Amino acid sequence: MLAAFALQLTLTGSVLAADELREVAVADPYLEMHTGPGRGYPIFHVVDRGETVSIIMQRTDWYLVRDADGDEGWVDREQMELTLKPDGSAVDFKRATIKDFTNARWELGLLAGDFGGANIISVYGGYSLNPYVSIEVWGSQILGNFSNGWMGSVNVVHEAFPEWRISPFFTLGAGVIHTEPKSTIVQGEDRTDQIGHVGAGFRIYATRRFVLRAEYKSYVVFTSRDDNEEVEEWKVGFAFFF
Amino acid sequence: MESRFRVLFLIALVFTMSGCAATKNLFGFGNEETPPPTSEPPGQVIDPEVERREIKEPAIDKEDFEIGVFTGIMSIEDFGTNLVYGARIAYHLTEGFFIEATVGRSEGGLTSFEILSGGARLISDSERILTYYNLNLGYNILPGEVFFGEGRAYNEQLYLIAGLGSTRFAGDDRFTVNVGAGYRLLLTDSVAFHVDFRDHLFDIDLFGEEKTAHNLEAHIGVTVFF
Repeated sequence: MLAAFALQLTLTGSVLAADELREVAVADPYLEMHTGPGRGYPIFHVVDRGETVSIIMQRTDWYLVRDADGDEGWVDREQMELTLKPDGSAVDFKRATIKDFTNARWELGLLAGDFGGANIISVYGGYSLNPYVSIEVWGSQILGNFSNGWMGSVNVVHEAFPEWRISPFFTLGAGVIHTEPKSTIVQGEDRTDQIGHVGAGFRIYATRRFVLRAEYKSYVVFTSRDDNEEVEEWKVGFAFFF
Repeated sequence: MESRFRVLFLIALVFTMSGCAATKNLFGFGNEETPPPTSEPPGQVIDPEVERREIKEPAIDKEDFEIGVFTGIMSIEDFGTNLVYGARIAYHLTEGFFIEATVGRSEGGLTSFEILSGGARLISDSERILTYYNLNLGYNILPGEVFFGEGRAYNEQLYLIAGLGSTRFAGDDRFTVNVGAGYRLLLTDSVAFHVDFRDHLFDIDLFGEEKTAHNLEAHIGVTVFF
């Protein structure tokens, strides 16, 4: 029932979009259509040079195209780059490169590691003001033996050499931490405290839109007690930019 | 130990600030290089027989996201097997890799001890409700096609996933490692049917000593690419 509903949705979606598909002309001797969006799927049809095809959709590096006879198949990016626009100019099917690693505006990532002996899982979203400076918003869940909690913070990240494949960064930030001691083990009540932190790490360009990231942060928790707490955090994970 | 890190940070600070000459371009992209004007457009190899016309290029429909729901059974160690249901969203980075977030909910039954002892309850009813979230990295393996009769072929893939998350069960949030394998059958180019098997591993000390519990889940689901 759900499947039928979803099917209906996509069918109407494709009908609505059908009247404005992008058309390109084949400039290579022929364009190879695969049965699916992947290298392993066999070629079942070829479109000759000079014929036009319409692009129905894109998934990762594959394009679903339809030729004049109504045959539909998947074509990879490298072949699509050899097609021409209706006015005869070359089509630009961009693929992410290390240049986008330096210049991309948005980044989303997932890291996990150790936060003062507890496990921590973090997600973040970043926006680059320029290649050197970006602002990140972090949300983390902390899962420890004696207490659980969550943490939210805003960071400013500075990269001195953003064009390097392994790009070091320095970060400063502030936020809040909420801790809930496990009542069976530790006597205590839930607390919400402000935090400040400094840190450093590396962003490493892997491939396409993929980035690996490793970092160390040192936190100061401004508690209402006499002493502030200091917590060290190590994390590794991955991110992608767009 | 701490003073060593302070020194490390001061070094890092000096190191990065030396690059801060860059901050003169703080809110611009600096002296971006403009390519030298080309005197003539690159020569065309062929001249396709299409009319020259000025058109606005329609955007290509990118379908890298996959969203859907699933339902199945989940075996919670010591607490029996029950219905599980949830939702997932995935983003396909390449034809191989994707990242996925799932949320799910199930409920634990009675342990053998609780059944045998009659009235004694280890945890309350509300603590028996299990909810989880996971953030996974997935990889598609063994792509292929399946055939229904003579005239129909559907694309399919197996995939492996592994990731981290948190499970709330028996009055606590538990750090959870999640591994599994799944099968994706594409009914159309945008709608997929899934069968998944997953293991959720977390530590639990409800019975005195801490142990790692394996909580196996099997579910079927439907997703839509958008």
